[in-house]
Amino acid sequence: MRNVGIIAGRELRHYFISPMAYVLAILLYLILGGLFAINVYFGLQTGQVNPDGRLVIGPMVTILIFTTPIVTMRLLAEEQSTGTIELLLTAPVRDWELVVGKWLGALGFMVALMAVTWVYPLILHRMTNPGIDQGVLVSAYLGLVLMVAAILAIGTLVSAFFRSTLAAAGATLAVILLLWIIGGFASGAGGANELARYLSFVSHFYDNFYRGVVDLQDVVYYVSLTVLTLFLASQVVESRRWR
Amino acid sequence: MIQAQSLTKFYGEHPAIRDLTFEARKGEILGFLGPNGAGKTTTMRILTGYMPPSRGRAQVAGFDVVEDSMEVRRRVGYLPETVPLYPELSVVEYLSFIGSLRRVASLDDRIDAVLEEVHLVERADSYIGNLSKGLRQRVGLAQALLHQPEVLILDEPTIGLDPAQIIEVRKLIQGLRSDRTVLLSTHILSEAQQICDRVVIINKGAIVAEDTPAHLQSQLAGAERLVVRVADGDAELRRRLQAVQGVVGVQDGPSGEIEISSSPGRDVRALVARTVVEAGHDLLELRAVGVSLEEIFLQLTADETAGSDGG
Repeated sequence: MRNVGIIAGRELRHYFISPMAYVLAILLYLILGGLFAINVYFGLQTGQVNPDGRLVIGPMVTILIFTTPIVTMRLLAEEQSTGTIELLLTAPVRDWELVVGKWLGALGFMVALMAVTWVYPLILHRMTNPGIDQGVLVSAYLGLVLMVAAILAIGTLVSAFFRSTLAAAGATLAVILLLWIIGGFASGAGGANELARYLSFVSHFYDNFYRGVVDLQDVVYYVSLTVLTLFLASQVVESRRWR
Repeated sequence: MIQAQSLTKFYGEHPAIRDLTFEARKGEILGFLGPNGAGKTTTMRILTGYMPPSRGRAQVAGFDVVEDSMEVRRRVGYLPETVPLYPELSVVEYLSFIGSLRRVASLDDRIDAVLEEVHLVERADSYIGNLSKGLRQRVGLAQALLHQPEVLILDEPTIGLDPAQIIEVRKLIQGLRSDRTVLLSTHILSEAQQICDRVVIINKGAIVAEDTPAHLQSQLAGAERLVVRVADGDAELRRRLQAVQGVVGVQDGPSGEIEISSSPGRDVRALVARTVVEAGHDLLELRAVGVSLEEIFLQLTADETAGSDGG
């Protein structure tokens, strides 16, 4: 387990010195800040600021779905293209420790990125009376972290298949979009529709966490998706042994 | 220290190495010599625990590379052909990262010692991305040495370096031998000749020769050769030289000299000199030419190519 921490720590430090991470952060905060400012401005005009802490979370989900592939694209693809994977896997490091360490580092970065956005609901809380519903806010952020963890795991898996970071980013985005829109096909009842609804990972977020409902079923969905995907990623890394 | 028995590795249908059996003893520098694509890197990846063989077994420092892969990895320092570096890290940050993964005790002291060993103390805080190729190679060596491994496996450690850097890295490797076993792959013959105690020549995935560089040279040299330079040498002189006892061939060299081949172990120099003088010619030069390891290598790998093409 210690190796997971060491690899995650290095990964996390890498994000904080990489220009890409800062571009991503600036983009996120600019868009969210702009939306927040507009909402508050019009709220003040009408004399009624909407005390909804989720003002920024809704748009953030969309932005993160499109930008997370940029965070994950290099995780394993770059290690494979530069040959550093050989360095790590000839040290006493197990394949799964590498995969989980990489994913955890990326998750740490994303959590830090999302944590900063908590400032908007805080401001809103001060501006409104009696303040915002903290329960809904906590539930929405919890759901967001779980969903991002799953997206990062998917990105890690896809990155394991590639040596080109760009190809990894494109393929990750394709998989995420597929999992996003799959719920849209589930219009009626029936087994296939139920399955599609269950697989769609945004519905687990919007239907419950976003409304302030923490359902164990949704937690299980995101955690099992993450674990399964990371397991598959380890298998892909290990496949070098029998290729 | 390293024992490989019948190592075979298939990539799909294609065998990258076939039935490799060899041994490297403690304190020895073993050269793994072969053209590109001979299977050197594959063998090294098996010995470092990066991937298992399809068949056969290998033990490194007393541990099986498949069953005790983690124990092997703890005892092996490995420098892959493409030096695995993170350009955004400084030399010290990089070594700290590798050192913590390898659980190196008193890491800071070890980093200082290893930087001293590879002459990188002044560049300790430089970013790896800003270092020259030669310096990066030294950083790669430093990570391989950091945990004081019993066995050092170096894949083409001088490839892509300039002549001065090559000499420096070779010196460094020679200085490492004392209590370590070094397995080093190269496709440069002079390198194997200079720094290795023993050489395994590998071609198309199979071992074609194994011995000390000196032995290989003397055993496989076959006919010995003399180069003779005379004033006004004519056809008659060539006939006379051909008749000298022990001479098996007389040929014209590329720049007017006469090249004489003799039976192995026969020293025909005195007889050749006398024959030239007795024939009334002035002898300007007479020297023995050893067959270089390069020629042996080409001979062996060419034979092997012909053999495998036929099969």
